[in-house]
Amino acid sequence: MGRRRRAGLAGACIPEEYNGLGLGRVELCAIAEELGRAVAPIPFASTVYMLAEGVMAFGSEAQKSAVLPRVAAGEMIGCLATSEGPGVVTASNLACRVEGGKLTGVKIPVTDGDVADMALVLAAEGGKPGLFLVDLKSSGVSRETLKSLDPTRSVAKLTFEGVTAERVGEAGQGLEIVQSILDRAAVLLAFEQLGGADKCLEMAKDYALGRYAFGRVIAGYQAIKHKLADMYVKNEVARSNAYYGAWALNVDAPELPIAASAARIAASDAYWFASKESIQVHGGMGFTWDVDCHLYYRRSRQLSLVAGAPRVWKERLVSQLEQKNAA
Amino acid sequence: MDFNDSPEEAAYREKARAWLVENAAAHRAQFGDLKPNTDEHMAAAKSWQARKAAGGYACITWPAAVGGGGGTPIQSVIFGQEETKAGVGYGYFTIGLGMCVPTVMAFSNNETKQRFVSPAVKGEEIWCQLFSEPAGGSDVAALRTRAIKDGDEWVINGQKVWTTGAHYCDYGILLVRTDPDVPKHKGLTMFWIDMRDAAVECRPIHQMSGGREFNEVYFTDLRVKDSQRLGEVGEGWKVALVTLMNERLAVGGSSGPSYREIMGLARELTGPTGPAIKDNAFREKLADWYVQSEGLKFTRFRTMTALSRGQTPGPESSIGKIIAANQMQDLANTAVEMEDQYGILVDPDQAPAEAAFQQSLMWAPGLRIAGGTDEILKNIIAERVLGLPGDVRVDKDVAFKDMPTGR
Repeated sequence: MGRRRRAGLAGACIPEEYNGLGLGRVELCAIAEELGRAVAPIPFASTVYMLAEGVMAFGSEAQKSAVLPRVAAGEMIGCLATSEGPGVVTASNLACRVEGGKLTGVKIPVTDGDVADMALVLAAEGGKPGLFLVDLKSSGVSRETLKSLDPTRSVAKLTFEGVTAERVGEAGQGLEIVQSILDRAAVLLAFEQLGGADKCLEMAKDYALGRYAFGRVIAGYQAIKHKLADMYVKNEVARSNAYYGAWALNVDAPELPIAASAARIAASDAYWFASKESIQVHGGMGFTWDVDCHLYYRRSRQLSLVAGAPRVWKERLVSQLEQKNAA
Repeated sequence: MDFNDSPEEAAYREKARAWLVENAAAHRAQFGDLKPNTDEHMAAAKSWQARKAAGGYACITWPAAVGGGGGTPIQSVIFGQEETKAGVGYGYFTIGLGMCVPTVMAFSNNETKQRFVSPAVKGEEIWCQLFSEPAGGSDVAALRTRAIKDGDEWVINGQKVWTTGAHYCDYGILLVRTDPDVPKHKGLTMFWIDMRDAAVECRPIHQMSGGREFNEVYFTDLRVKDSQRLGEVGEGWKVALVTLMNERLAVGGSSGPSYREIMGLARELTGPTGPAIKDNAFREKLADWYVQSEGLKFTRFRTMTALSRGQTPGPESSIGKIIAANQMQDLANTAVEMEDQYGILVDPDQAPAEAAFQQSLMWAPGLRIAGGTDEILKNIIAERVLGLPGDVRVDKDVAFKDMPTGR
């Protein structure tokens, strides 16, 4: 992907007043699906779904002006830094602190944290979680690139020692703001997952049609046919949920939390199944580094983990359903 | 099913344990802790094997005359358990002594047996098995490596794949096609070969798990003597079946973290609704893994009981690898997802349990394929255990050269 074209894609949904293309979120979903299909090794999700969308939704005018034109021009890479260790981050275990506008603490892992220019960082201020915009080129920031299950996407440990941090959105609302950013990102990530899952099905189908065992193509064996049919079923459940999520995202519907959770759960399930069973259909070749299967297997894990694991979203979905049904 | 040793078995276990305590200590004092797949690790492994052979604990069921222990299958199982507990096992000899050398013993003349069996038992020479090919995986008999008779010799050209340890092995048993004009199973012949021959080239396979434990092996005009043939010309498939009888049992042993380790992880982590260990969805999975693991353990007890009573074990052990490989993948993935965003990290210095769950996640797909895929194993259970009709076969009566291959 050329730099100019990448710049165009990154600014697809950024309003024209900030030098973006001013397109809708449905167009962004289409871009996401193709990135997923190609297992694109670029920091697009971190920059666009996390940083740009976060600033667009919650940033001040000054923050928008500082971030959005540069993202649209392809000059700024972003990231979202919430995790601090194994397990789920909560208000009670959040250790990063902002005092007097200075951020101190460690975030690990941060997807694209080693290449990003700007970060949205979850940290406690006055004992309550807030979200902060941090220029990673500032003094007091140190970064360490870490080994990842998915080496086509980078992850880092970010250490902040009294780094200037500017709050985004309301004080004390950090977890709610992050959840809102993640709701929106979940739909877009679901399209990346869907693109990957469909590609796995295609690769498995093509391989099965060309591979002979016992004098016949293996695609003719019922065990293989059922496996591919199972992939198709899961992928279509994921696609329909993703389309509904795209609508909710595009019009900012009140149904978004439910639609986004459903899209993410279905897409995570479909991609995991398709990526692992595509290896199985490829047999020994699928277990080698030389065949692309493992790139998708790895990316399916990366995409399921990056915005919170599926069980977190299952809990969110059911909580939302409970609230809705109680109302 | 017997849960306890018979008096004779208990006595044997006591004796084995005492031997292991003394010898494992001496072995450790000599070699210390070594990293696998290094020359030093191999030297330690060979030394341990020699020690076992001297003590009568190598190839326990083989006759003492060939260097074995002259013991029973149950004694072999008991020693294996105690050796695992003592933490001194080495994997380099499993395929050679479990599959290849028994084939050599069954199908070669006395001279060949005398030359090879004893050095293999003592760990001086290691053997590999050269069956699988790019075009012959699940369907091994579709292999294409060709041997053509030339006087008293055979000239071999072709390629094998997924050969465990080919790069450190001294000898191998090689299944080749000697007659493409007859149906595929009838045109095969088995040979033993010298892996150090210049006409044999090993290239490591870069696995998705990152390692390079397996190899591609290429033969370019490899010349072997007709006296290296194991079994008759055209009888190679029958010979191979003898070799393969033990493979699925050998691969079946589970590896990687179990329900115990993931339970330990869950105790330390926070989930979406509180402590991960209190999450009901996780608790149900944990219960299922426990039941599966215990099911496998007690299935092994049933096998052992049959061996102990001098009976042939039933087909129940065929469930082993299907359960172990799929549980490995499911359990590893659940653990990685429980770590949430942090689960993406694979550095043992950072990831919980020294990244054992991440490593397991990348190994599991291979275990579901190696030594019989899930699908082939289910066919075996359906057809050989349950007696259900097989698939329609189009390759049984067709000359190999006329069989559709797509290439």
